[in-house]
This record gives sequence, structure tokens and C-alpha cells, in this order.
Amino acid sequence: MTLQGWILILGFVAILLVLAKPIGAWLFTLYEGRRTPLHIVLGPVERGLYKLAGVEPVQEQGWRRYALHMLLFNVALMTFTYAVLRLQGVLPGNPQGLAGLSPHLAFNTAVSFATNTNWQSYGGEGTMSNLSQMLGLTIHNFLSAATGIALAFALFRGFARREASTVGNFWADVTRITLYLLLPLCVALTLFYIASGVPQTLAGVVDVTTLEGARQSILLGPVASQEAIKMLGTNGGGFFNANSAHPFENPTALTNLVQMLSIFVVGVGLTWCFGKAVGNTRQGWAILSAMAILFLAGVTVTYAQEAAGNPILHQLDIAGGNMEGKEVRFGIAASALFSVVTTAASCGAVNAMHDSFTPLGGMIPLFNIQLGEVVIGGVGAGIYGFLLFAILAVFVAGLMVGRTPEYVGKKIEAREVKLAVLAIAVLPLMILGLTALSSVLEQGLAGPLNKGPHGFSEILYAFTSAVGNNGSAFAGLTANTPYYNGLLGVAMWIGRFFVIVPMLAIAGSLAAKIYTPESAGSFPTTGGLWVGLLVGIILILGGLTFMPGLALGPIADHLAMIRGQLF
Amino acid sequence: MAQAPSKSLFTADLVMPAIKASFLKLSPRELGRNPVMFVTAAVAALMTVLLVVGHDDLRVAFKAQLAAWLWLTVLFGTFAEALAEGRGKAQAASLRATKAELVARRMKGDRVEQVPASHLRTGDVVLVSTNDLIPADGEVIAGVASVNEAAITGESAPVIREAGGDRSAVTAGTRVISDEIRVRVTADPGQGFLDRMIALVEGAERRKTPNEVALTILLVGLTIVFLIAVGTIPGFAAYAGGSIPVAILAALLITLIPTTIAALLSAIGIAGMDRLVRFNVLAKSGRAVEAAGDVDVLLLDKTGTITVGDRQASEFRAVGGASDAELAEAALLASLADETPEGRSVVVLAREKFDLQRPMPPGAEIIPFTAQTRVSGIRSGDTLIQKGAVDSILRANPGSGETAAATELRRITDEIARAGGTPLAVAKDGRLLGAIFLKDVVKAGIRERFGELRTMGIRTVMITGDNPLTAAAIAAEAGVDDFLAQATPEDKLELIRKEQAGGKLVAMCGDGTNDAPALAQADVGVAMNTGTQAAREAGNMVDLDSDPTKLIEVVGLGKQLLMTRGALTTFSVANDVAKYFAIIPAMFVTLYPGLGVLNVMGLATPESAILSAIIFNALIIPLLVPLALKGVAYKPMPAGPLLARNLAIYGLGGLVAPFFGIKIIDLVVGGLGLA
Repeated sequence: MTLQGWILILGFVAILLVLAKPIGAWLFTLYEGRRTPLHIVLGPVERGLYKLAGVEPVQEQGWRRYALHMLLFNVALMTFTYAVLRLQGVLPGNPQGLAGLSPHLAFNTAVSFATNTNWQSYGGEGTMSNLSQMLGLTIHNFLSAATGIALAFALFRGFARREASTVGNFWADVTRITLYLLLPLCVALTLFYIASGVPQTLAGVVDVTTLEGARQSILLGPVASQEAIKMLGTNGGGFFNANSAHPFENPTALTNLVQMLSIFVVGVGLTWCFGKAVGNTRQGWAILSAMAILFLAGVTVTYAQEAAGNPILHQLDIAGGNMEGKEVRFGIAASALFSVVTTAASCGAVNAMHDSFTPLGGMIPLFNIQLGEVVIGGVGAGIYGFLLFAILAVFVAGLMVGRTPEYVGKKIEAREVKLAVLAIAVLPLMILGLTALSSVLEQGLAGPLNKGPHGFSEILYAFTSAVGNNGSAFAGLTANTPYYNGLLGVAMWIGRFFVIVPMLAIAGSLAAKIYTPESAGSFPTTGGLWVGLLVGIILILGGLTFMPGLALGPIADHLAMIRGQLF
Repeated sequence: MAQAPSKSLFTADLVMPAIKASFLKLSPRELGRNPVMFVTAAVAALMTVLLVVGHDDLRVAFKAQLAAWLWLTVLFGTFAEALAEGRGKAQAASLRATKAELVARRMKGDRVEQVPASHLRTGDVVLVSTNDLIPADGEVIAGVASVNEAAITGESAPVIREAGGDRSAVTAGTRVISDEIRVRVTADPGQGFLDRMIALVEGAERRKTPNEVALTILLVGLTIVFLIAVGTIPGFAAYAGGSIPVAILAALLITLIPTTIAALLSAIGIAGMDRLVRFNVLAKSGRAVEAAGDVDVLLLDKTGTITVGDRQASEFRAVGGASDAELAEAALLASLADETPEGRSVVVLAREKFDLQRPMPPGAEIIPFTAQTRVSGIRSGDTLIQKGAVDSILRANPGSGETAAATELRRITDEIARAGGTPLAVAKDGRLLGAIFLKDVVKAGIRERFGELRTMGIRTVMITGDNPLTAAAIAAEAGVDDFLAQATPEDKLELIRKEQAGGKLVAMCGDGTNDAPALAQADVGVAMNTGTQAAREAGNMVDLDSDPTKLIEVVGLGKQLLMTRGALTTFSVANDVAKYFAIIPAMFVTLYPGLGVLNVMGLATPESAILSAIIFNALIIPLLVPLALKGVAYKPMPAGPLLARNLAIYGLGGLVAPFFGIKIIDLVVGGLGLA
């Protein structure tokens, strides 16, 4: 570990803490549906879209209606993308003349992007035409992100409203978030990336003569614009297969930093927005603090493990940290940080191969996703996932102050507990269940590249990444098979919507409740004690659930490595 | 907090029946009420079957021990519940003895017929004479009697019960000591006060409270998650090229699912109700006890709760040239025949302050207090001395209101009111002498109690019939947060509704029929047992001692119940970490020998590690039974420090304790050669 590395890590955290309030305040304006300076330009566009779609933005929806419209919207978009991918061969915007996708790959990819997972069973530039990337995939990059944020808004309203029957209007939320948050930020980021040397062109391939005189085809495309939303919307699906390790996606140290910041920025802002929505910004800071502690702990482990390197290589007199699978331009600190950021949020973009990390270094990204990506988390999904844990934490420990549990003024009762448990149990059921299935089925066992616990980690990581809607790949798993494409597709769908629907039901149930004002006797949900409790509950619940799998995967892998055995 | 005397937990007369009952509770129907224990029992049964048919490499002796400890885990749980119920039953037995067989004299027109009490129906009228037991709950419709209610209150001093007014309710099983009353029955057999009390303390009518239901859901959720975690291990192990015996998986599952809290949950609830009963407060539902813990606002009657019941004369304030001594003498004479506590205190003050020893003048005529004149006094020869409320005295002496003395009197009256006192004016032959300062005496220590409540986030509101000036002064002296002066029952109801609209939970106590609507509206309504039947029906708790101060303790008991539940839940969940460190290495060490380093406790063998974890998991239940039944230590303090303290004890303690516990058991298991 180097000083420079720590300056990067701590500087990164410091910048985010500074950004929390301004971004949060902007989000709060959208949450409230208030006017922004951008309305002068985009207001007519917003109204035009409503008119076109026949939406009445002021008409509030109950949670059921909100959920139904959200689901229909996502199914429709997913179907559309499926069709685009299948018909790629006959559609325009295909300078490379790529063929349509197989049914299982098109299904997997459509679900993947609709669920904000962006798991890629394919190699980006070799499979997707420009049209598929821009139309089929990029709309999801925007709208799945907007959906996530809208859902977070709905849950915030549940906490904030008193004796209300509605949680907002889905269409208005999605439209406003897309127009006033994602679009302007993406325009700015795109320009920044172009200035940094990221290609933005519809030309397909450039043929050049290299210095040695060889001819080389260099693939270009509308990379910068996709890169902007890939990070900002915690999507993670790269234009190129190498993702953010590719110099055209992530050319400089500065773009690397900006990419990491843009993964977290909306999630960080949402914590502040939550605090503001429930009338006490300290509530938001408490959540952000708990997230920051979990994050820094994860970064420390991964960075330390990667910097320490592989003892087997050390014995061979190859000193230094673990550089296998890392882009030399970024080095250990920036790769370790990126890997923790991308898995803490449900982004899934990578600038290094997680598969090549040391076992424990690679376990942190895995564990991050297994915790439900609640450390900052995916846009919207992170905060609502975190709030589910908060509900459970309040319920377990809240009684210890001698009152029935309450959180930000709302009593947590049987219904909320039931729904929160339902939402949280989806993760272990799908991750562990499908991993166990693939560990015994022939089709499953055909996937992993490596043997032993490392191969097991590859399967575990794939399902964890899919269910958690992360989309990062441990790599090493041959996933473009009907078995994995199909199963991972189902896993992604369930991992997203089977969490969302109970979560929205909680929002509806909370909105209908009366508000219990805070007093000296109320369970304190700001301050260090609460932060510690949240961290503890998340680690214990997550740890207890996934410990056997982790023990047989990365931990066994690590212990074997110490004894000189590699897989 | 004042604790009612509690019996030792483990006396033979309680434990023996509890052991028997703990086996009876093994029926699937009984166990089904507690899903986590049901799973435990199912796994224990599975383990027993595996003893016979299982084909794995485990020693039979090892599997037999696992099966035995699993069954013990279930039995410890049913024992905890049975013991809690047994304590209630012991309480109920003494009540039931009273109830044995009551005979009623039922009025049929003018005739009186003897019928068993069980034949009485609501609306029947019975005649109860000296030394009779009252056969059913009812309301006195004619007569006055002194009644010994020791059977339900434990208080042997008789109380007066009379027709009309707020003291008309009588309870079955209490004894009339003098006189004869007619009672209209207000409860059918089996529905009476005593019946409900017996049912409640026995736990027979116990339903899960809302919070218990929610907690049970959480425990079921955790059980499902751990079922998934354990159920997928065979698949993982298969990948690693091995297999894990079912018996080991079953052991892991039971140590992970929250058996500790699940086993103790209903015992905690029953014990909480029982603590209230020992405190002579009867809650009509567990829900009411939970609500007590949540209370934000306490409405407290001034008289009897905040101040000692009676006002005391503390000062004489003369006006219009009269001397204080002159006023004192007149006041003394006027009060000689006044047997009210206020009257007596005037006599005492006059004698102490001015050393006056005036006997009753011979031939003096006492003028009693009447509702019409609202003035009392004495006429001796030509001298007339009057005493009463200022306005009444002025009214009784036309023309006196315009004098300079009257102006001065009004000023003094205001001063007294502002100081929290009640003025009594005294006039001699139509001439105003001055005012007696009757002071409300705030109970000793009550200010500190309110301070405690404030730190707990509970607001106190004093309810009084006094005028706002007096009320403000007493409120300030007693340290309540707010007051409601000149309160009518409607005002009380209004106040409760207003607080509730703001999301607050309100507790109050009351006794009169006109308190009934407010008692019903309040989240916690404690009716005084001396109160009317209507009040007792409206409240969700009844205080058998009729002591309004107890409202504060009731809140404490509610909080203690919730805290106990939370503490044991947290402890139970935190325990799992150590159990993982015991079982995971033991289970996987054959697959990957490297995983042996996770055996941080240095447990002797894999068998011993698994057995020790299971034994710890079982033994922790009876070890925590005393805590579950007595409740965690409770001290009024703000939520922050309270949480810090409980988290340190039950959270961190729960994390650390099993590491030591399992290690010690492992040493014993090794020493005895059990594994």
C-alpha cells in the first residue's frame, strides 16, 4: 500500500461527501416535483412527453398502481430490446454487419439491461451493432436508472407522508429524473470524456497502418455518450468487452476518477435527499456514514490484499503486489478502489479482472454484492435496499429502548417486517439456490474455467452478480450458454422485481401510517450508535447467510494459497 | 421502581408441574403456535429417525447425543412457557378459591330466591347482606355498604360502596361487612371481572400481541434464510468433492435459527402480564401493556397523584385593618365543627401560630355548608362568623363587595391563587377579615419522578378542576410539563384526541362514569377499582389498589416488557456468529483442511465442536429463563444511553459470550469423553 494509493481513496471519499448535499438538494427538488432552472429549456419537452403519452403528472398513484405501471413499462421496454437484438442483422446502424443474437442471449441481455444489471454474456464490440448499443441498450441505461431512483422516491414518500394513500406518479418521476438529472449530467460527462479522448462517432472501423507498417482495424463508435450513462446510472455495460480497462472507454487517470465518482454520486445524493424528505438531514448523514464505513472497510481489505500480492510468487522472488489482470495504467490502488466501488454500487463496470484478484481481495466485491449492494448501491436500489435493512435493524434492536419499533416517525409493524423479510430473503434464496444447483448439474459445472474453490467462486460470483443486479463478471465463467443465459436472466429478473414489489408495498403501508413525533424516548436513528448498529446488523445478517459459500469459495482459496496451492 | 414482591422462580411447587406441562406442550398443535420451535422439533424428530436409518460415517453415540440435545432444546422452550404460566396459575388459584361456589339471593319481584351464582344473568337483581359474598359483578342500585375487597386487592381495609355516584361498582367474590345492598348484575357467568382475571393470569386467553406477531414473522424469516443457507451447503460441498452428513447440517440449522428468543418469547409476554398483576394492576390485554411502553403523554389527576389529597391551611392574610390574630381566631371558631381535612388544618394552624386554645363556645350554633349558600360558619350569641369561597362570602354579605377591604381581599386572593393555593374568605358580622391560604401540598419526590419521565421523553399533563392561576402555580411547583385547568370530562377527551392526532400515545387514569369516554379514548386507560363499572369497562387496565400514581409504574412495566423482548432477540441473533466459528470449520475441514484456521476457539475435534455448539444453544434457554421472567433491569433514562447500555450487554455480550461458553462446554465434553 502506498501513500499515493490512500490519498486517492480518501480523496475520493472526501469529494463524494462534498457532493452529497448539492446533488441531494437537486434530487430533492425533483422528488418534490418543483421547478428547476432547467425547466426553461426542458419544461416544454416534459409537458410534450406527458401530452404524447396521455399522462397526468399530478395524478398520484397508490403503491399498487405505481408498481403495476413500473412493471408494465419495464416489460414493454424489455420486449422492445429483445426484438431489436434479435433483428439486429436486418436493422440499420450496423456498419460491421453483425448478425442477430441467439434467443437465449437476446433474452439474457434484454433482462440484463432492463434490470439495471448489465451482465454481458457477450463481448460488447463483437456482438452489438451501433443501433443495438444506442437504441436497444442505452434506453435501458437511462430508464432502468430512472426507474431505480423513482422507486427510491416512492419509498421516501412512504416514510415522509402521513396518512396518505399515494406514493407519487411513476411516469412523472421517471420523466423528471431522466430529463433534469440524468440527461444534463450525461451531456456534461460526455463532453468531458470526448475532451479526454474517448471516441464519439458513428463510423464503425478505422483502418490504420501502424508504426511497424502492419494494417490494423480499430473499432470506434458512440463510446463517450454510453460511457457517461454507464457509470452515472450504475449500469456498467461497456461498449467494449474490456469495459473500463479499455483505453477508449477510460483513457486517463482523471477519467478513471470521474468514472468512479459518477458511479457513486447519485447514490450518495439520495441519502441526503432521504434525510431531507423525512425532515431531518441527519437521518441521511447517518445512512451515508454507515455506508462509508462499510465501503472503507471493504476497500482496505481489497487494497491490502492486492498490495500484499501472492505469497507463492514472492517465494519465486517476484516481489510486489498482485498485478495479474490489472491495467498497468491504473495500478493496484485505483483497481482495488474501482472494484469495490463498482460492486458496492450495483454498477458492474470493471477496470480490472476481479477473477485475477487475490482470493480475499476478490471476496470483497463478491460480499459487497451479497449484502444487497447497500453500500451506496445502485441508483435508487442502494438506498431502498439499505432502508430495508434499516427497518430490520430498528425492529431487532428498537425494542431495547422500551418502545415498539419506529423509524423516522413511522411504526414498524408486522406488515413491514413481513415485506422486508420477503424482499431480503430473495437474495440468498436465488444466489445460494442457483449456485448450489449449478454446482451439481452438468450444465452448471461446464461453466467455470478454474478448478477447486476458485471455480466455485466463479459460479457463486456469477449468480451473486446477476441476482444483485450488479453485472460485473468475475470472468472465468463461460456464461454464453443456454443454461447460464437462461438461469442468469431469470435470476436478474427476480433479483430486481421481487425486491421492488415488496419494497413498494412497504412504501404504501408506511405512507398510510400516522407520524409519531420524535422524543427523548424515541429510538435514536442518528448518531454513532445507530451507525454502528446498522453496520453490525448488515454484516451479521449478510455474513451469516453467505458464510458457508464464502468459506468454500474465496476463504478456502485464500487458505490454500497461503499453503502454496493455486487453482 | 417499586417492585411487587416476587416469588423465587424455581420452587418445587412451580417447577414440578412446569416439567410435566413442558412435555404436554410437545403436541404438534401447541408447537405449531411457535414456528421456530416447530422446526426445531421436526429436526429433532428427523435426527431421531436418522439414528436408526441414517447411513453416514458418524458414530451412533454422537448422533444420539445430538438428538437428545435437540429434544432438550424444544423441552427447555416449552418449560419456559409452562413455568411462566405456572406462576400465573399460582396467582389465579387463590382467586379461584374465592370463587368456589357463591350463592345468590335473587330478587323476583318482591320474593327472594336462592340460586347458585352461576345461574345469574346480566340484569338480575340480587340482595347482599352483612357477611355475604357478592355473587357477581354488578352495580349497587340501592343502599350503602362497606365491602372488604381483600380477595382481589389484598387490601383489608373495607371500602364504601353505594348506589349512584362513582363508587357503585362491586366485584364478585368480595364480602359485604355491614349493611345491605341491592346489586344489579352486570356480567354473565364466566365473563365477570374475576373470571377474566383468572383467565388472563393463567395465560389461557393469551393472544399474541401485535409486536409479538411481527417479531414472530421476523424469526420465521430468519429461519427461512438459514434454511436456505444450510440447505444449499450439500450442493456446495458436492462441488468440492465431498458430502456433509444430514445430521451435521441439521445441527448447524438449529444453532443458526433463533431458538433462544423463540423459546422464550411467550414466557416473556406471560411474565410481563404477571408482573403487572403482582403489581395489582390488571391489564385486559397484552396489547395494552405494549402500548404502555409507547406512551408519550401522561395525563395525571392533580389530587392524589401530584398533590396529597387534602389541602392544608398555611397562612392567614388579614384585610381591612383586621389583625392576623383576629382573623385566625375567627377562622378557628368557624372551623371547629368542620370535620373536613381542610377544616381541621385551619384549626391546627391557628393553634400553632397564635397559640389559640378556644374551645367551642357554649350554645353556639353551627351553620353547616350547603350547596345553596356555599358558606359555613358559627353563630355564637350576636356574633356570626362565616367562612367560604371569596365570591360566596361576598354574595352572602351584600354591600361588602364595595368596601376597600373587598378590593384588598381580591388582590390577596389573586396572590394566593398565583402561588398555587386556594383562598377561603372569612367574615365576622358582615365585615371581611381576610383570607385563609389553603395550600396544595405537592407530594414529596414527585418532581424528580416527572424529571425522570421527561428524560424518557414522556410529557406529563396535570388535570385539575382548579382555576388556571392556581393550576399554573402547582404545575410549576410539581414540575409537570403542562396542565389542563378547570378540566371537564369533555376537555380531557378533547386533549387526548388532540395529542393522538399529533401521533402521540396517551395514558390516563380515571374512576368516574364521566371519565369513561376519555378512558376508552386513551391508549392506556387505567381505571381505579373503586370506580364505577362504566369506568372499569372503558379502561384497558384496572388498578386494584386504586392508586393513580401507579400510572407511572405501569409505563415502566410496559417498557421493561418490550426491552426484555428486544434484548433477548438481539442476544439470540448475535450468538450465531460464534456458532458459525464452531461449526463451519468442523463441517468443512475434511473438504479443505486449510479451513481449520477458522477454529478460533481451538475446539478439540469436529464432533466436539458441533456437539458443544448444540449444547450451548440448548443450555442458554434455561439460563435465560430468569431474565425472561423477571425482565431486564430497567432504569428510567433517555433512549440513547439506554440503547448504548443494552447494546453493550446484549449485543456485544451476545457476540462474545458464546465463544467462551462453547469453549468451556467443549472442554467438559472432551473431559467426559462424550465426543
